[in-house]
Amino acid sequence: MAIFGLWIINKAGGLVYQRNFTDGLAQLSANEYLVLAGTLHGIHAITARLSPTSGASSGAQVIEAETFKMTVHLTATGTKFVLLTSLAEPHVAATAALQKVYEAYADAVMKNPFHTPEMPVRSDGFDARVAAIIPAS
Amino acid sequence: MASTRFSVLSSSSLSSAELLSPTGSSGRFSLPSAPSITTAVGPSKPLVRPNIYDRPLNKTRSAEVSASAFAFLFSEIVQYTQKRVGGINDFERRLNTLGYRIGTRVLELMIWRTEGSSKAPKREIRFLPALMSIHNNVWKAVFGKTADGVEKSVENADEYMIIDNDPVVTRSISVPRELSQLSCSSFTAGLVEAVLDGLGFPARVTAHNTPNVDHPSRTTILIKLDKSVLDREELFK
Repeated sequence: MAIFGLWIINKAGGLVYQRNFTDGLAQLSANEYLVLAGTLHGIHAITARLSPTSGASSGAQVIEAETFKMTVHLTATGTKFVLLTSLAEPHVAATAALQKVYEAYADAVMKNPFHTPEMPVRSDGFDARVAAIIPAS
Repeated sequence: MASTRFSVLSSSSLSSAELLSPTGSSGRFSLPSAPSITTAVGPSKPLVRPNIYDRPLNKTRSAEVSASAFAFLFSEIVQYTQKRVGGINDFERRLNTLGYRIGTRVLELMIWRTEGSSKAPKREIRFLPALMSIHNNVWKAVFGKTADGVEKSVENADEYMIIDNDPVVTRSISVPRELSQLSCSSFTAGLVEAVLDGLGFPARVTAHNTPNVDHPSRTTILIKLDKSVLDREELFK
């Protein structure tokens, strides 16, 4: 049970925040993270249109792989919060953590006059709030 | 003192007399055109909510505003100010001026409220009781809690400090590294300066970031008293 990392993807598919919480993860360059986030954004847009039942779909919420899973929280404004966790991490815990991160984002990023919307998040206050929600292991 | 304070807005062509009068300039004070008067004319629509100017002033509990709403408003104020200033000093002075305009109203309102509620309303004439009243009453009225400390400077006899460990005004603000000298609590400093001015203690008030391990957003409001105040305090002894 572990939380590996957190991404925040803006509504255009750009990665505005990325942070790892565990040591020993595969080292990726900033550019690779941007590509991955953009790809996830595209996949999410496709899954939102693929619903076999009638009515709108929220798109992918959980993507599972052999060694990890990612939980996606889509907000009303199109910002996506993505949590990368181990397979053992219960779904409830992951969504609860994402909800708390969203709250911290609203408080420490959107109310910060020095933040430009849709641009990378550089806020000490937000870093501190995230560290309190997800302790590094 | 008040007129010199307002001359900080030197870019404005308005005279200080116009600035002090709420009816003098419609551009600066965006007063809504009193809706109660217009709705009173139409007989079909009875007025449900009284106009903000007609509401009682002493309902302190129901007069609380949302901290979130204020945070968004203050964020826009800071962004607006940032676009119009050249440096950090200018930035802080502008925020100070905005706070000053609130402070004059806060003092008036507080005195009005204590006159209504207390049997022996009192006006502080000594500096230390006035400072303690700011620390307790003004902070309670404006921020909903008292400040976290009052200190007297060891080096300078004319300097006093009010400490706030977690100022409500800057709770959601993270100042970027290139502006690390900036303290958005200059707004609060302006408020304190107005209250002191109104009580007859002219002073220069500034805000400084003084973080410590437990309180990363700890802020010191530094009060530098005018010489006339110290001279008068001397006479009281």
